[in-house]
Formats: sequence, C-alpha cells, structure tokens
Amino acid sequence: MTADGHTDRAALTSEQDRKTTLSADLPTAQPAPSATAPAERPSATATQARSVSLRELRAFYGREEQLKGIDLEFEANQVTAIIGPSGCGKSTMIRCINRMHEEIPGARAEGRVLLDGTDVYDPSVDVVAVRRMIGMVFQKANPFPTMSIFDNVASGLRLTGRRRDLDLRVEQALRGAGLWDEVSSRLSEPGVSLSGGQQQRLCIARSLAVEPEVILMDEPCSALDPIATLKIEELIDQLKQQITIVIVTHNMQQAARVADRTAFMLGGELVEVGPTGRIFTNPNDPRTEEYVTGKFG
Amino acid sequence: MSPRETASLAALTGDARLRRRRMLNHGMEALATLAALAAVAVLALVIGSVLLKGIGAINLDFFIHSEVPFGQTGGGIANAIVGTVVLVALASLMAIPVGILIGIHTSEFARPRTSAAVRFALDILNGVPTIVTGIFIFGLLVVGNQQSGWAGATALAIVMLPIVARAAQEVLTLVPSTLKEGALALGATRWRSVVRIVLPTAAGGLITGALLAVARVAGETAPLLFTSSIISTTGVSTNPGHALTSIPVRIFELTEGYSSNERAQAWAAALLLIVAVLALNLLARWLYRRASPASSMGTRVR
Repeated sequence: MTADGHTDRAALTSEQDRKTTLSADLPTAQPAPSATAPAERPSATATQARSVSLRELRAFYGREEQLKGIDLEFEANQVTAIIGPSGCGKSTMIRCINRMHEEIPGARAEGRVLLDGTDVYDPSVDVVAVRRMIGMVFQKANPFPTMSIFDNVASGLRLTGRRRDLDLRVEQALRGAGLWDEVSSRLSEPGVSLSGGQQQRLCIARSLAVEPEVILMDEPCSALDPIATLKIEELIDQLKQQITIVIVTHNMQQAARVADRTAFMLGGELVEVGPTGRIFTNPNDPRTEEYVTGKFG
Repeated sequence: MSPRETASLAALTGDARLRRRRMLNHGMEALATLAALAAVAVLALVIGSVLLKGIGAINLDFFIHSEVPFGQTGGGIANAIVGTVVLVALASLMAIPVGILIGIHTSEFARPRTSAAVRFALDILNGVPTIVTGIFIFGLLVVGNQQSGWAGATALAIVMLPIVARAAQEVLTLVPSTLKEGALALGATRWRSVVRIVLPTAAGGLITGALLAVARVAGETAPLLFTSSIISTTGVSTNPGHALTSIPVRIFELTEGYSSNERAQAWAAALLLIVAVLALNLLARWLYRRASPASSMGTRVR
C-alpha cells in the first residue's frame, strides 16, 4: 500500500482524529495531531477530493439481494450521476458507500468500497470516520427542528467533537452552499423556518461544514421547484472543484446538465457507465438506449 | 290531494312507530348527555367539597409550622410538605433517568419483539396495586432495618417508572428516522446522535411524561404506609435516612385525629394536594402542546 494509503487508513481508523488534519495528504506526511490545524487551514481549498471505487459490491436486505456485484469508479473532483428506474438499487448503492446501508436492521453489504485505496468496509476502519469523509444529502431536506440555522450548520462539527472557530466554519459552509447572503442576518432563527430549497441548501451547508471529501446526493432536488433545483445544480458545479460528488437522480435532464460521467443501473446491476454526453447520445448497451429515450422507467 | 299524494304523504310522515323511534333517539341523547354531566358534576363536587371544607384551615401557619404536640391547637403540615418534596425528588432521580433509558432502548436498539415484551412488562407493572409495591419494598428494605425516606422513595420510583418509560417509548419512537439518519450521516456516533439530536427533539414529550409521573406519585399513600410513615422526629426534616412524613400519609393521620382542628387540617392538606396535582397536570398538558410535532417540526408556511 502506498504511503498515501497508509495516511488514509490512519485517518479512517483514528479515533482521536478530532485533531487530525485530513488535508495532510502529501505522500510523506503523517496525520499530525495539531491543535492549530483548523486555523491554519485556508478556506475552501482545504479538502482534497478523493476517488471512490466499488469492487464487486453486493447489498442485501435480509436474504434479498438488491445489488448484484457492482464495479464502478467515481473520479475525484468530478460529478457522477447514477440514473435508472425506481427500485434499480441507486439509493442502496450510494448508501453502501458511506456505510449507511447497514444502519437498516437486517441489511448488510459485501464487497469493497475503496476510498483512495482504503476499503471502508475493512474491520479496522472506524465507520464514524468514514462518514465524516463521505457526506450525504438526502432526498427530503432534514434540518434538525430544534436548532437554529447556525446550530444546524454547526451540528456536524459539534457532533464530531470539533468546536473551534465555529463562526468561521459555519460562514464558510454557508457561503459554500450559496446560502450565506440569504441567511446571514438571521442565523438564530429556526432551521425549519426556511423554504424547501433553502432547507436543502442548509443541509448541504451542514455536510460541507465537516469538510468531507466526497458528497453523496440522493435525489436532492426531487422535492424542489425548478428555480431551487437550478440553484443547487449551480452549487454542484462549483463544489466539484473541491469535492467528489455522486448524485442519484431520476431526472435525466439534470444528469445531462450536471454530471461529468453517468452510470445507468437496472435491476441491481450496473449496465453502463461513461461520459455523460456519450451515454445520452450514443450508448453502447441497448437497455441504456431504451431508458434514455424514455421507452421505460 | 290526489290519492297518490295522500299515499306518499302517509308513507313519508309515518305513524306511531316513527314517533316511538323519535322518542327513543331523544331519550338516548338525553341519557348520554346526563352521563357526561354527571362526570363533570362528580369532579366539581369533589373539588368543591374539599375546597369548602379545607379553605378555612389554610393560613400561613399551615405552611410554615409542623405538627404541634397532642392537645394543642394550631400547627401545620410544613414537615409533610417538605417530606413529600424530598420523597418525590428522590423517586424522580431514580425513575426518570431509567425511564428515559428504557425509551432509548426501545427506539434505538431493541428488536420489535423485545420492545413489545418490555412494553407489556411496563404495562403490567403500571397495573400493580401500589400497596403491593409498598409491601414489596417493605419486605426488601424495611424488614430487619427501619423505615426510611429511601425506602419510601424507592417504592414511589417503582410506581413512577412505567409512566415515564411508556411516555419515553412513545415519544422517542415518534422522532423521524430521517433526523437520526441525518445525524449519523454527519459522522456522529450512535450515542451522540441520541443525546444531541433525538432527546432534544423529544424533550417536550419526555418532560410531560415526567410531570405526569410526578403528579401521580405526589398523592400516593399506599407505597409510603409501610415504608415511610412512622415518624420519630416531629418538625421539618430532609434526611431520607429515617422515615419522612408526607402529605398523603399526613392526611391519613389527621383524618383520624381527635380534635376538629386536626380534621380541618386534613381537608386543607387534601385541598393543597388536589391543587398541586391539578397544576402539574395542566402544566404537563400545556408543555406538551407547546412542544408538539405540529408546532416545532415542519416548515412554517411562507
């Protein structure tokens, strides 16, 4: 394993990683516990996006096999869209990436999910550390109802024990989510007092605050109006410069607008993956062609 | 009218049978209304008579002084008030954390079968006559020992536990799983997400459950009869090492008192108890409505 892999594993397995700077990714650097690390970190360019590889990923709900062996690469600093009809396993797949799938009673996954070479399912890996590096935005915005806007964005930091420079980090996260101008004057208002689109951007800010390297989005715009959707798509375009993004969407136009690469899934299997343009105009697999031309799904 | 019109009118307006049916309907409605009124009337009677008979003995002395030696007039129930507060406080310290933990167990960790079994056990425990609980603790803590506030508080805690635990179970399972998912996906440990996200979201319901449990045991006599009723020292005491008197037990004693002064104090103590329990119940309801899902969760309409 490369020195980079060693660094990753140490970051993933460290339980004291509240002081570990995840941005110390230089091949020879060991994660250095440093109390001043957050203050040294320059603003948006601190996180280094990582690539994710799925190797023979299978997922089960009880006995039922939902994912039947997926091999897929998500490139760093790119947006990859997952499209496919309902029930094809898109959401299950991304939940396997940040190990949320196993939170469902009776659910389990097999295979490997490599984050820059380290398998997140390795027994020595701390699942909590995985989720700090791989964030998730859900289909329906779920801001914490008892918290203000500020506290919502800071919640990820407080829940993971990082309490320094909260004001600064909350502002950065809100700017990163394109929400700062709209809420900077009312940070103490309840998070649930925002509109639907704003709540979803609040959830994105909440995820950004913990400085993940990958963000998984599970149909983030399906409950939003077109204008809110557009704002989030613009956001995705900016975020990919720092973060790897995987977005599940049932909206093919959205995939076409937003994604660098697109993967088509059907019945728990990966049918085809490639540059978005090619998938939509010149797919290799006839099933892909049928789906993107609207013949089913 | 034509024959046809006459026939149709007769068919529609009916006969004796219709009149009987109408009378029956009105009769049933009257009966049901009377029953509802009776319920309200009984409550009014109870509160009214306690109020009338007790208000006379309510004065400052009543609250400040403890009982006076046999034969004298005056005095009050200060020691009983303090005793009740201490006993209920200790019982709450024992029952409320355990009850909330049971709720967490049900909502976070238990399988459906386990949580159903726990619910069943709690419901049975809730139905155990409080005198049985009293005797149980008597046998456990008092026999071979002496009565004490600890024993009394433990008995009260057992009565409180099912109320707090069932309320906690209900309210914690109502917290949407999307919130728990959101917390976990941020990289929070299970425990932190429960303490920081789930518990605060359910706080209204938890407080309500706790208040209702307190209201219930504040007036319980049977658990204390054998565990904390034989008082060795008069005067206010906060030491649970020996038996502490309490308002319900004091009412019991005062009712059998020799002087009318004592009996009047019994009514006054009963009045105090009813007012306190009523206030706690109203407070619990008000808090629950304030913190209910309809008001705190969900987006405001803009």
